[in-house]
Amino acid sequence: MSKGEIVAGCLAPHPPHLVYAENPEQNEPTAEGGWEQLRWGYERLRESLADVEYDTIVLLSPHWQTYIGTHFLGLPKFKSLSVDPVFPNLFRYHYDLDIDVDLARQIHDKAADAGLAVKMMENPDFRVDYGTITTGHMFNPQWDKPLVVLSSNRSRDYYSVEVMQEMMMELGRVTREAILASGKKVVVLASNSLSHRHFTTESAIPEDMSKEHITSHAMHLWDMRMIEYFRTGQSQRILDEMPEFTEQAIAESDGGGLSWLLSTLDIPNYPGILHGYGTIIGTGNAIVEWPERNHKEASE
Amino acid sequence: MSDGKLVGSYIVPVHPHTVLAADQNEGWGRLRDAFGEAAQRIKDSDADLLIIYSTTWPSIIGHQIIADPNPEWVMVDNDFHDLGSIPYSFNIDEEFAHAWNQANENRGLKSRTVAYHGFPIDVGSVVALKLLNPDNAIPAVIVSSNVYANRAETTVLAKACMDVVKATGRKAVAVTAMSLSNRMFTKPIDPKDDKIHSLKDDEWNRKILEFLGEGRLEDVGQLSRTIHRQIRVNKVVAFKPMWWLSGMNQNRNNLTGEVLAYEAIHGAGGAVVHLDPAASGAGDKEYDEDDVEYFLGERNVLDAQSDETETVSDPVSAKPANSNGPALWEPTVSKDSVNSSAAPKPVGAYPHARRVGDLLYLSGVGPRQPGTNSIPGGPIHDADGQPLDYDIKAQTHAVVQNITRILEEAGGSINDVLDVTSFLVDMDRDFKGYNEVWAETLGKVGPTRTTLAIRALPTPIAVEMKVIAKAPAKK
Ligand SMILES: [Fe+2]
Repeated sequence: MSKGEIVAGCLAPHPPHLVYAENPEQNEPTAEGGWEQLRWGYERLRESLADVEYDTIVLLSPHWQTYIGTHFLGLPKFKSLSVDPVFPNLFRYHYDLDIDVDLARQIHDKAADAGLAVKMMENPDFRVDYGTITTGHMFNPQWDKPLVVLSSNRSRDYYSVEVMQEMMMELGRVTREAILASGKKVVVLASNSLSHRHFTTESAIPEDMSKEHITSHAMHLWDMRMIEYFRTGQSQRILDEMPEFTEQAIAESDGGGLSWLLSTLDIPNYPGILHGYGTIIGTGNAIVEWPERNHKEASE
Repeated sequence: MSDGKLVGSYIVPVHPHTVLAADQNEGWGRLRDAFGEAAQRIKDSDADLLIIYSTTWPSIIGHQIIADPNPEWVMVDNDFHDLGSIPYSFNIDEEFAHAWNQANENRGLKSRTVAYHGFPIDVGSVVALKLLNPDNAIPAVIVSSNVYANRAETTVLAKACMDVVKATGRKAVAVTAMSLSNRMFTKPIDPKDDKIHSLKDDEWNRKILEFLGEGRLEDVGQLSRTIHRQIRVNKVVAFKPMWWLSGMNQNRNNLTGEVLAYEAIHGAGGAVVHLDPAASGAGDKEYDEDDVEYFLGERNVLDAQSDETETVSDPVSAKPANSNGPALWEPTVSKDSVNSSAAPKPVGAYPHARRVGDLLYLSGVGPRQPGTNSIPGGPIHDADGQPLDYDIKAQTHAVVQNITRILEEAGGSINDVLDVTSFLVDMDRDFKGYNEVWAETLGKVGPTRTTLAIRALPTPIAVEMKVIAKAPAKK
């Protein structure tokens, strides 16, 4: 078997507003657009990877929250209706997604060997969370690639950002190992926002962009600091500052996705491509791609 | 219709083990039996409404209330999916849900109803309704826990709920779906090995249950933050349910409590507790946090300007309010003036109150809310002068609240009020509601009163009061 490969890693946020604004046929509510900066960002990300071949998408969403380790969707197909419990007015999506159970199990097994608590999710009635579906849809609206879906182990809530990050670094390491050993070409997606302080009101027309802005200047400064690190290949600094960032920006990196992604990419020291940045009900969201081709250049 | 009331309160655990695996562990079985006992008691109480506050349904945009008359789906737990699935089909009181939603707005809360096919009812609510209301005989409502809500907001949520319970003559049961300590084992365990995660968690749980057994609900409510720090994993939803449940019970501390079961569920503390409204011997509160009637938090984050707190006290710096009403002024300042940032801004150059000798003279006080300038119960007309429906009781409550704030700023309290002149813009429509709120509030203080009908007030409000009060002793 040929060696597996991570063809790209991306930060790919999942506020359901993005799917809502796209008006895909799978989603029940309809919108008059909105959040274009981010939707164009996703468009650029899709274009950037249009000619890149890959087999599977591996994705970690903070909205499948587990306290007993990391769980993996473990059946070949999930088909149902996903209604966002927080924004049900925006997101009621009929999904039909395929799972790469083999790769899921390979990562699961390697993680178990490394001493992490893991579990395969094999209940056919389980509903896939809206974070997974939003990122899945925005990244690949055709849904023509199978996914590996990891839950968000809430070790940050349980212990601390530091402990969460340690566990996610380990999970990232085994994810990488399993992918390389699988012989598959894979895209890895961390599905999370940056600063994550929401407005607690919603305007009458949710997509009224005259109401959209970052919740505070401090949040903006943190987002820009992180983006600067993304764009200049300073992943180690991101990891170093993760506790302060996560606490002070109430960042959605608390779910572990970003730490896991950077670890899976072997802590990239080459620049990521910023495809877009925008706020969604006050939270900061960036779409960033770390392409494998840059990795190759960086290591030459 | 006779006045509605709460006929009982229950605290129940959230995890699916009691529904799906009660036979796998004796403790889970005892919790299941306690659920059964609670269900029987609810039936015997002739309750006609179950109100669930669930900690496993977080919300961001205010509070959400299920209003789908018959939500149906299959629930699978995020962590415990291997225990199986719980199909559900519930009987929801749609009308009550809408009325509660309105009552929330009347008290200054953000709120919305949810009635979408396939909406995922959370595990805590599913377990509670499955086991407390197995045949769906009693209609239910379910409310979320707002991630950002503080004690004031959560308390007011309960009061708004009770407004509707009373107004609709219901015999309601309040239920909080929650863990005590919520620290679970982070690895799978053999069911027979289940126990409370740590001795510390166990000791705190027992202390909480001792209080609840004595009916000291408000004391537990006021310990919420401490309990959260001590024995709670820092999830998005803090230990808020005791605030809500205490609010549902008039913040009482002398209920009759009984712990029906206390056991571990995968390490977390699960208890079934019954709190009966019958007064017990207990009663004195050891803690003394404020009571609160209306939510005044800043919620207008979408409009940047309205968030600003004014600090200038120059009477000529009048700044336009929203288009529905006159410009707002900073209260004027003089030697004897009393002004409060917790009271609404004046609509002209005058102070909130003035002290003369032993007396305090208050400028006319309306229901406008400080900071937001919103009117509880709604304005009486829109910016174009078109009449709107409004709630006189909510407005009157807000007036009393504003008077209280000004008197407290002066160092006194509502009990100092001596004489009140009330102005109503519609005597026929509003006297009754105004008079009811009066009886519940100032009527208990006992000032003299004169009520007049007038053509209009400067802002779109229906009631204003002119107050003379005893001045508190000067320090
Ligand atoms: Fe999210």
